[in-house]
Amino acid sequence: MNQQSDNSFNPWLPFYTLLRKEIRRFLRVASQTLVTPVITASLYLFIFGATLGERISVLEGFSYAQFVIPGLILMGVINNSFSNVASSLFMSRYLGSIVDLLVTPVTPTQFIMAYTLAAMLRGLAVGLVVWLISCLFATLPWAHPFAAIAIACLASFLFAQFGIIAAIHADNFDSLSMYTNFIILPLIYLGGVFYPISILPPLWARISHLNPLFYLIDSFRYAILGVGDLSFIVSFCTVTAMALGLFVWAAILIARSYRLRN
Amino acid sequence: MTTPALAIHNLSKEFDGAIAVNDISFTIEPGEIFGLLGPNGAGKSTTINMIGGVSRIGSGSIEIFGADNHKDYRTTRRMVGVMHQEIVIDNFFTIDQALRLHAGYYGVRDDEAWRLQLIDRLGLKPHLHKVMIKLSGGMKRRFMIAKALIHKPRLLILDEPTAGVDVELRHTLWDFVREINQQGTTILLTTHYLEEAEQMCDRLAIMNHGKVIALEPTETLLQELGTRTIIVHLQEPIAQVPDNLCCQATELDESGTTLQLTLSISQPTGDLLQQLCEIGLPIADIETRSAGLEEIFLQITKAGRVDA
Repeated sequence: MNQQSDNSFNPWLPFYTLLRKEIRRFLRVASQTLVTPVITASLYLFIFGATLGERISVLEGFSYAQFVIPGLILMGVINNSFSNVASSLFMSRYLGSIVDLLVTPVTPTQFIMAYTLAAMLRGLAVGLVVWLISCLFATLPWAHPFAAIAIACLASFLFAQFGIIAAIHADNFDSLSMYTNFIILPLIYLGGVFYPISILPPLWARISHLNPLFYLIDSFRYAILGVGDLSFIVSFCTVTAMALGLFVWAAILIARSYRLRN
Repeated sequence: MTTPALAIHNLSKEFDGAIAVNDISFTIEPGEIFGLLGPNGAGKSTTINMIGGVSRIGSGSIEIFGADNHKDYRTTRRMVGVMHQEIVIDNFFTIDQALRLHAGYYGVRDDEAWRLQLIDRLGLKPHLHKVMIKLSGGMKRRFMIAKALIHKPRLLILDEPTAGVDVELRHTLWDFVREINQQGTTILLTTHYLEEAEQMCDRLAIMNHGKVIALEPTETLLQELGTRTIIVHLQEPIAQVPDNLCCQATELDESGTTLQLTLSISQPTGDLLQQLCEIGLPIADIETRSAGLEEIFLQITKAGRVDA
């Protein structure tokens, strides 16, 4: 065995490899990671686009399907970005295979970047397919397409960080699923996916402003339809601040190998 | 002076107030096969985990080929391959895919010839495209050895690699370990099979309660602490053990016909035999038995010897 020499070391190869592994992981179980969320989103589209949607009008000048589609796209992005990193990292911790990474020269930056990018890729891929399917039900005006892409990327980044945080703090599968069932899902449903916050009674409308998902959904809807409850700049800045906050939190956990190394 | 393959200085580690590793220091020279032995909970795996990077270093320092294992971890981790005690696999991938990925984690391009050699030598070829979950326990162990070696480490750490594996795999593994050691890889191994440690290791450290309680070349340990037992079967029973026999311990069985005499390894048997003849004991037969590492290990861990 000719032992490796120093010049055979490619410092970024650990990152590319981890990223490739994470992408292959979700592609290998594509029926769970890509097809299932698309079917779920398609059912929402069918219900609110082709059936109930024709009887509901919440935003002047737009059909209910047009109103609800941005939220459904973002819901796919958020759920899948979160799930990808949360399940992969938690399973690695739970099964002990995380030690395979801990003994390698993967840096904390590379670790967080690889998990984040893979999660973003899955989230954005699901969002893209949901949008393509939504074309069967309604045509979107895409008022500010670059802003929409930016918000979708920010949403997937933000929830990838949240996924890292959840995977590290969760003690078992039940506590991991609590993040989805008791935090993400209520925030999405109460964040204005299915209704504009402006139609709520004043108290509930004010409470909704405390929901971080409201800013994401409203800014994404603004970018697509050209109308929203809030100023785009305010929403964008709020979302960016949240994403940075969660990134710093996740980065501190990874840099300290919190609950990864004993 | 050669830079040690591994230099551990005053290494300690606590878990919730319980001391797992207590101020240990030792070095391993390049090209050595070094055995780290000790009963369960002695601190072997904790030490290995700190060397490999799975556990944080409590206090003290670890240098691998002169590089600090904490400050210069990207360099040291490339030089170390670890086969963990627990079977650690990623069920999503086949053996072939996983080996390619592992080379990448270490920042080295896939060396196809080396990968195929590992696969061939460890008998993994028929299972190459099976996902991990479908492999038997023995195959998973073989894969873990291949995984530890895929990036061609200079220091290979084997944490109880033969625990629960069949005889064939054990022989395959040790032959392979000797071969890669001859090619220049330094080996640090822990095992519960003391016979293996006796045959494989150039030097041995014995740990107990987090401390290194013995550290010697294997031969020295056997010479210094090993004993030989001479069992003398007599034609007629005797009432008591003859006085002043030149041995460490004597024991006469209840029937008075079997005399058990214990000598140190360095003590010549001839003197004792001559003495027995001079006494005129009615000897029917004589058996000799050498105490191996197992007895030494028990002797040391019970006595709690501290001289390292």
